[in-house]
Amino acid sequence: MRIELDVNGHRHHLDIEPSRTLLSVLRDELALTGTKYGCGEGQCGACTVLLGEHALRACSTPVSAAAGHPIITIEGLEHGGRLHPVQQAFLDEGAMQCGYCTPGMIMATVSLLRANPSPTEQQIIAGMQGNVCRCGTYPRIVAAVQRAASGRTASTKARQ
Amino acid sequence: MTTRREFLERFGAGLVVTLVSRDLFAATTSHQSAGTSNQAEQVGAWLHVAADGRVTVYTGKVEFGQGIRTSLAQEVAEELRVPMSSIQMVMGDTELTPFDMGTFGSLSTPQMGTKLRKVSAAARDLLIGLAAQRWRTTPASLTAADGRVHDPKSGRTIAYGELTKGRRLVENVRDDAELTDPTRWRVAGTSVPKVDARELVTGRHSYTSDIMRPGMLVGKVVRPTAYGSKLNEFDGGSAATFRGVVVTRDGDFAGVAAPDNDTATRALAAVRAAWTPPNGPLPDSRDIYAYLKSTRPKEGGERGGEGGRGGPIVKGDVDVALAGAEKRLTRSYTVAYIAHVPLEPRAAVAEWSRDGQGDKLTVWTGTQRPFAVRDELAEAFSLAQERVRVIVPDTGSGYGGKHTGECAVEAARLARAARKPVKLVWTREEEFRWAYFRPAGVIDVDAGVHNDGTLVAWAFDNYNSGPAAIAPWYEIPNQRVTYHPSDTPLRQGSYRGLAATANHFARETHINELAAVLTMDTLAFRLRNIQDSRLRDVFTAAAERFGWGKKAPTGHGYGMGGGFEKGGYFATFAEVAVEPRDGVREPRVVRAVTAFDNGPTINPDGLRNQIVGAMIQGIGGALFEAIDFDHGAVRNAHLAEYRVPRFSDVPKIEVVLMNRKDKPAMGAGEAPIMGMAPAIGAAIYEATGIRPRSMPMARAGLQMEVEAQPSR
Repeated sequence: MRIELDVNGHRHHLDIEPSRTLLSVLRDELALTGTKYGCGEGQCGACTVLLGEHALRACSTPVSAAAGHPIITIEGLEHGGRLHPVQQAFLDEGAMQCGYCTPGMIMATVSLLRANPSPTEQQIIAGMQGNVCRCGTYPRIVAAVQRAASGRTASTKARQ
Repeated sequence: MTTRREFLERFGAGLVVTLVSRDLFAATTSHQSAGTSNQAEQVGAWLHVAADGRVTVYTGKVEFGQGIRTSLAQEVAEELRVPMSSIQMVMGDTELTPFDMGTFGSLSTPQMGTKLRKVSAAARDLLIGLAAQRWRTTPASLTAADGRVHDPKSGRTIAYGELTKGRRLVENVRDDAELTDPTRWRVAGTSVPKVDARELVTGRHSYTSDIMRPGMLVGKVVRPTAYGSKLNEFDGGSAATFRGVVVTRDGDFAGVAAPDNDTATRALAAVRAAWTPPNGPLPDSRDIYAYLKSTRPKEGGERGGEGGRGGPIVKGDVDVALAGAEKRLTRSYTVAYIAHVPLEPRAAVAEWSRDGQGDKLTVWTGTQRPFAVRDELAEAFSLAQERVRVIVPDTGSGYGGKHTGECAVEAARLARAARKPVKLVWTREEEFRWAYFRPAGVIDVDAGVHNDGTLVAWAFDNYNSGPAAIAPWYEIPNQRVTYHPSDTPLRQGSYRGLAATANHFARETHINELAAVLTMDTLAFRLRNIQDSRLRDVFTAAAERFGWGKKAPTGHGYGMGGGFEKGGYFATFAEVAVEPRDGVREPRVVRAVTAFDNGPTINPDGLRNQIVGAMIQGIGGALFEAIDFDHGAVRNAHLAEYRVPRFSDVPKIEVVLMNRKDKPAMGAGEAPIMGMAPAIGAAIYEATGIRPRSMPMARAGLQMEVEAQPSR
């Protein structure tokens, strides 16, 4: 079946099974491997992408449900070599260890800040609860969300 | 592994420096038998300084998120006196890097870091020597900085690359070059940002699971219902009708390979297989602890001393001392099997090729032991070691869970059957069912103490969980410390910190219980029985930062646990709030402080990241992580059923780095996980009077017996 996908501003016409997961299509067909498989059941958030304004678990979304909506993946955040402020905030806070959860964390943050540009710490925790960082980098991720929300872009964190 | 000669052929002009023993290179015309620790000590490290000044460093260690791609490069930059940006680290490639046993045991900093500092210092001395020859002066009158040799007297400078231009210089160095004292470090010791961080925030880094090869298929393996089952009926006929799908069966191995992941999943579902489960009876997770004690000991298997390799530790006469002690306390502690849950599951991409010498196998895989996995593949396919190349891309974590090569072997089997490259990424369920676990265990402690707080007797019996950090570091004149191996119904293996977490939990909880019996302050009781000044210092430093001695708010409790393992001294203090939730009393860690001493700090920001991460991972094992199983089958093989720490579980965390520049630099990946469980348990006791003696302590709220005694 022919399916049209709008990913990161590019239109793709694909001849694929409509029941395939958006995650597999992004990774295997479009070679957009920044979106990760972590659990396949929507429990870890590693596969988070944006569908319109909203965060979506690509591992448990049939590609047919995503057709016709603008999809943004981690590869679509950077523009002309300039990182998205949320990417920059994760970089500035050193908010990662192995980095495997990082794309999903960043996409979840972008979605969170679009809905609520200045969340409290409790709102950040509630909003990010569905994303797992097994390395335990959570405090830095919270700091990165706060940094992105505050609009601080320069690398001003006093590292000890 | 690559011989020195083959290695040198890769380079044109520049300076190649190898740090090795001369004995090994006396016989490099033929391949050395790899895989011995002897060889690991002989081949140290090698690096190349190119004519354009770029430095390439080769190490068999791998990056799993712990930050050694950055910290090891910092050590090179420090000793070689080059900018960080000029260094490229080639890691974990059996065809390019020297043999390495593996990335585990917190050894990268003390062993590989030291080797790289030595080879870099020697390279720097060689470059200064070349400049001295060129300028007809003495090396001692010259200095090195920023990738250049300087002559302070004349003001002349020359770039490293120019010193070797047009020539290929090869030098073997001994490991006796003088190292820069940590008090004079300028790059090491600073918070250099993680070198590959931009690749991670943009999604550009290619993990094993992201690799694409021309014509590549996606593989899936047919799994039984229980570990150790035999495949007795197999029908892959309908699966083979899917477009582009290859089905294979070889003994108890069967699998499919398909053009994409979803087709592979559907093809797998179409396979019909009948399995014969292993002969029972096997215990389930409810009676595992009695089972572990009843199946021990294997004959002559009791161990404990010499880091667990030797027989039981025996000092004085523990039975007499126990009988004569003014107070005596006997308790039993347990730890459950837990899973590593690396967010990137086991993954491998296997590709077969042929050349004049026959079959060649290349496998990209996220393993902590690339050379061991190479050997596993060579054995599985009857290939010579040099016909197998294992490459480890920076990997989505492991925590001790990725030592073995089963996924690599499976991918290579599927690729051989399909005659195409195959990528195999285990599902999360496969990770839970078919990987190995941190061992469950029972630890019995019988201790005697005098009323003044002096420990006099210590009998410690660990069943199955392991001997790591089993020896007490309290001063106790009479001891009998024994590790009893048992039969395990589940596959078990390495885990961050090995059994040291279980042994510290039992030991430190028992110390907390003894303090309660004596009605002594738990810190004062510890300090009375600890002589090691570095251990005293971490307890004192953490106590000060935590504010030990104040009374906890109502419903809250304070507790501590600490120790020494893998070169690191740690003390963790925790504040726990116990709140009613869903009809049970639910503990929540609200604050935690860890003081850590692993010698001089190479990268303070990276070290803090490791310590905080270990503490948070430790909360999971302490409070709620456990594998449920029944007759060899895991029952909670999904993230929805296996709870891991999430944002809401994270306390306010403070870290005190002792940064002992007068001591050797040691690792940090493991020890900081070990203080959490005893500290949390003690805090729960203070808050509620409930003394948790099992890890996890509160999967469904607190449910242990209540004791009357106040804690302090």
